[in-house]
Amino acid sequence: MTKPDFVYVTYIATTPEKVWQALVDTEVTRQYWGGLNTGCAANVNVSDWKPGSSWEHRSADDAGAVKIVGKVVEIDPPRRLVVTWGRPKDVEDESKHSRVAYEIEPHGDGLVRLTVTHAGLENDPEMFAGISGGWPQVLSNLKTLLETGRVLPHSSSAA
Amino acid sequence: MDIDKVFKALADPGRRRLLDMLHHENGQTVTALCEHMDMTRQAVTQHLQQLEGANLVAVIWQGREKLHYLNPVPLHEIYERWIGKFERNRLRALHDFKKKLEGDDHDKA
Repeated sequence: MTKPDFVYVTYIATTPEKVWQALVDTEVTRQYWGGLNTGCAANVNVSDWKPGSSWEHRSADDAGAVKIVGKVVEIDPPRRLVVTWGRPKDVEDESKHSRVAYEIEPHGDGLVRLTVTHAGLENDPEMFAGISGGWPQVLSNLKTLLETGRVLPHSSSAA
Repeated sequence: MDIDKVFKALADPGRRRLLDMLHHENGQTVTALCEHMDMTRQAVTQHLQQLEGANLVAVIWQGREKLHYLNPVPLHEIYERWIGKFERNRLRALHDFKKKLEGDDHDKA
């Protein structure tokens, strides 16, 4: 197994269940994954979240342009979610997919530790570049949403 | 996370150098990081612990190797709080201008 390309950690004052809901509930993803004040269209994550099911990251507007596709590899609410991550044109070619793991752990003092690990990007510099700017934004927004009920006022771009 | 910890962790040239090294190559062991640091392994380990305590470094185990990753999420929160998108373009222009005048060798200390 190759080592992950990125490991991102954020501590959020909330419950594991709320973090989990924010990952899998389409309506909640719309609130922090781009959109609102970020200057780019809101995005949503859509799936029935069963092992082996497909999932999509797509624009929340009526056109619903699909941006990222993949499969649900592992799902263990509210602790661990693993998905593959690829371009829509590579939907059939899993060798071109990278892999994202979300881990949710109670940290004490009412905090939850969310770790996002992204692996398998070594042959895709373009996706690598987009990812490195995108995740910190998404995670900051998610933290603010769960702690205050709104997103950051001056966000700039998103994955 | 405590924002004081982030600023304290950043207030040391050795720790900033460690973050630069992880930015250059993410996911390194203590041994690999020590090769480029002019200090004892114990000192490097302590600096890494302080960076981890500030959530600027995330650690994962892969087999028997402990790998250190640059975690920019707290820095992103600082950026959002005081900079935001409206000032970004002007600041980038200023930064580019400064780099042009001073050469590409930005402050690594």
